[in-house]
Amino acid sequence: MSRRIIGPFNRVEGDLEVQLDMEDDRVTGARVVTPLYRGFEQILQGKDPMDALVYVPRICGICSVAQSMAAANALAHVQGIEVPHNGELAGNLILASENAADHLAHFYLFFMPDFAREIYSKEPWFPAAVERFKAVDGSATREVLPARAQFMHLMGLLAGKWPHSLALQPGGTTRAVEIQEKGRIQMILFGFRQFLEQTLFGDTIENVINLDSVAALEAWTQQAAPTSSDFRHFLHIADALDLHAMGQAHDRFMSFGVYPEQGGRLFVPGVWDGELGKLDQQMISEDISHSWMHYQNEPKHPYDGVTLPSADEKGGYTWCKAPRLDGKVVEVGALSRQLVNGHPLIRELVAQNGGNVRNRVVARVMEIGLLLVAMEEWTNQLRPKEPFCHHLAMPDEAQGFGMIEAARGSLGHWLKVKNGRILNYQIISPTTWNFSPRDAKEVPGALEQALVNAPVRAGEQDPVSVQHIVRSFDPCMVCTVH
Amino acid sequence: MADQAQKLNLLWLQSGGCGGCSMSLLNAEAPDLFTAMDSAGIHLLWHPSLSEQSGQEMRTILQSIVDGETQLDILCLEGSVIQGPDGSGGFHRMSGDGRPMRDWIHRLAQQAEQVLAVGSCAAFGGITSAGGNPGEACGLQYDGAKPGGLLGEGFHSRSGLPVVNIAGCPTHPNWVVDTLLQIAQGEMNLTELDELNRPRSYADHLVHHGCLRNEYYEFKASAEKPSDLGCLMEHLGCLGTQAHADCNTRLWNGEGSCLRGGYACINCTAATFEEPGHSFNQTPKIAGIPVGLPTDMPKAWFVALASLSKAATPARLKQNAHSDHIQVAPGDRTKEKP
Repeated sequence: MSRRIIGPFNRVEGDLEVQLDMEDDRVTGARVVTPLYRGFEQILQGKDPMDALVYVPRICGICSVAQSMAAANALAHVQGIEVPHNGELAGNLILASENAADHLAHFYLFFMPDFAREIYSKEPWFPAAVERFKAVDGSATREVLPARAQFMHLMGLLAGKWPHSLALQPGGTTRAVEIQEKGRIQMILFGFRQFLEQTLFGDTIENVINLDSVAALEAWTQQAAPTSSDFRHFLHIADALDLHAMGQAHDRFMSFGVYPEQGGRLFVPGVWDGELGKLDQQMISEDISHSWMHYQNEPKHPYDGVTLPSADEKGGYTWCKAPRLDGKVVEVGALSRQLVNGHPLIRELVAQNGGNVRNRVVARVMEIGLLLVAMEEWTNQLRPKEPFCHHLAMPDEAQGFGMIEAARGSLGHWLKVKNGRILNYQIISPTTWNFSPRDAKEVPGALEQALVNAPVRAGEQDPVSVQHIVRSFDPCMVCTVH
Repeated sequence: MADQAQKLNLLWLQSGGCGGCSMSLLNAEAPDLFTAMDSAGIHLLWHPSLSEQSGQEMRTILQSIVDGETQLDILCLEGSVIQGPDGSGGFHRMSGDGRPMRDWIHRLAQQAEQVLAVGSCAAFGGITSAGGNPGEACGLQYDGAKPGGLLGEGFHSRSGLPVVNIAGCPTHPNWVVDTLLQIAQGEMNLTELDELNRPRSYADHLVHHGCLRNEYYEFKASAEKPSDLGCLMEHLGCLGTQAHADCNTRLWNGEGSCLRGGYACINCTAATFEEPGHSFNQTPKIAGIPVGLPTDMPKAWFVALASLSKAATPARLKQNAHSDHIQVAPGDRTKEKP
């Protein structure tokens, strides 16, 4: 057996190191290291609770709005405030803009460029992949930036700017939309729909999001040449490389649910473990037995969570804590979200071969389409001249949580207020779940498990399969340890 | 366009930050980021969100710069320099290498023709140095408002300039693109930097300039709660009259700015903006008068003008200031003519 240390990983947000145990041509074990600690949970202690809206988006420049939304929801829970319908719609639009833009950036800028690596130069599909997806120079890489930037005008309009907006408040949004602006939003969404249909899907959005079985997906893939659309292009490469056989973790999936719709939610919360189960936030705890954190007796619920870094802690190998649901590892992300929400194609894909590199990317790309359709509907429902924001005073003593879905999975903030100040603020981010270290029972986190059996090609220093598996989770390391 | 041989090599590193300045940079428009880089004749040696190279390939690039084999024209750091715990730098070790990131940044800065701090974290420590500064974060050449930081007050890059502080949280994409272009054209010099070494191209402006709420400001018709249309200075903590940036003339994401988004400017281009000494969304006052006055404005005049303009506030502004949309439209003078 040999050990290899891989890092730094780029085209993930933030810093990541992976330590691999290898035997012959495969990985036999992995430890995931998050090497940066900044201390946001410590910074937040003693602050005015509303100031969290300034600090938490700055945890992460790519999940900035998601962090704001989780904080706004936690503060709303503390205040017991209700959001007017317009505020709910505008909040959904802002969060969906970030999530769709993140999915797009992930696919084109972070994930696909690995198929243009020299190691694949003998593959028949290689020249087309290089032309389209080569980092910096690929034709798709060049097309996606202007399309994404234009789509992000939604943020200028609805949130002032992105990242790091203060538009999301506990009681709604600070930016009321006028009638002509509602029209502008519709036009921006129309332009983005055209980009998706012409470039990403090569078909109508509806034809893609309504694919309801593996057979239907396979038929759709074969309907046109691989280069007819970037999604088909990916599916052909995924087939050629058996990406469905790569990166399976524990196959237990969780979603906090997101996008409120007057009592319901566009994507419902839940846990998937072969069947749908209910999510109970009280069953969440964070284990720190392998973290560089001061020793504590047992895993703690985030309301009582403690963040005290300790660089020389025995057994520690990362700044990341190990969150568990009812003591178990769960995987989060677009795949989990669509699985829990009951998308028939995603349910069948996971029934066939679990969570894996291909299925994670399929779910993410499908979700871009699902989000755009929802955004069109939310925009239609906006009622200019009616309120976007309610207001209430902050209680001196209370606690609350905000649980939402960021692009890359479940994000929760747990907040305790005492004497009008923040007593404790604990954050569990999507990649904290996915890239957690082992727990006290030595059970590896989701990525650590997913890397076991990753194939190694002859002569590889940093195995390309490891690159695919790591990036299939769309990790955000600055959120992971905040 | 510059040919390949003359291209400037740019290396972009991240440390104690959020990646938000890179994300903001991807929003560059007319032209987009890659076209802007091509036009400035800049070659990306490596960028954490954009480049193919990972792991060993990336470490090889860094080593060849340190060994003097690869020319480093522009070093950009995004995120603060992490010195903790206890000055060890151990809160951020470079992946796959194990050495404190701080040490890599220090070595690379000695090789660079120009060193750019992208964002307020890299410039001053920024948001990561808030509260008790648990990460012991500082900027490249400043620790908050105090000169020093990682590289020290006397540091000059090979070009002879100090660290160029493109402050902002995040930076506007064009602040970065324009600075790069200025450097590429050989037009960056000391007179182009302000007293905090921020590019004057954007730092010579105030956020107040071009603010849609200027009429409310003139008549002290003030917002009382978030989403009100009125001026945010009197009650809601807005620092736009002091903040050095062109956010309301340049605009963000096509149509936005903090003020246009309905919330206060928190002066994010300033050193120590992360600790204003009061709640961000509340204006501190003494005897009813905001403590922080507009830049260059004598206090007595501000008080006199404010009380005068308050007395003259048109009813239209009084009403609209407390609403989230226009309730009363401006009158039409042409109709008043006989």
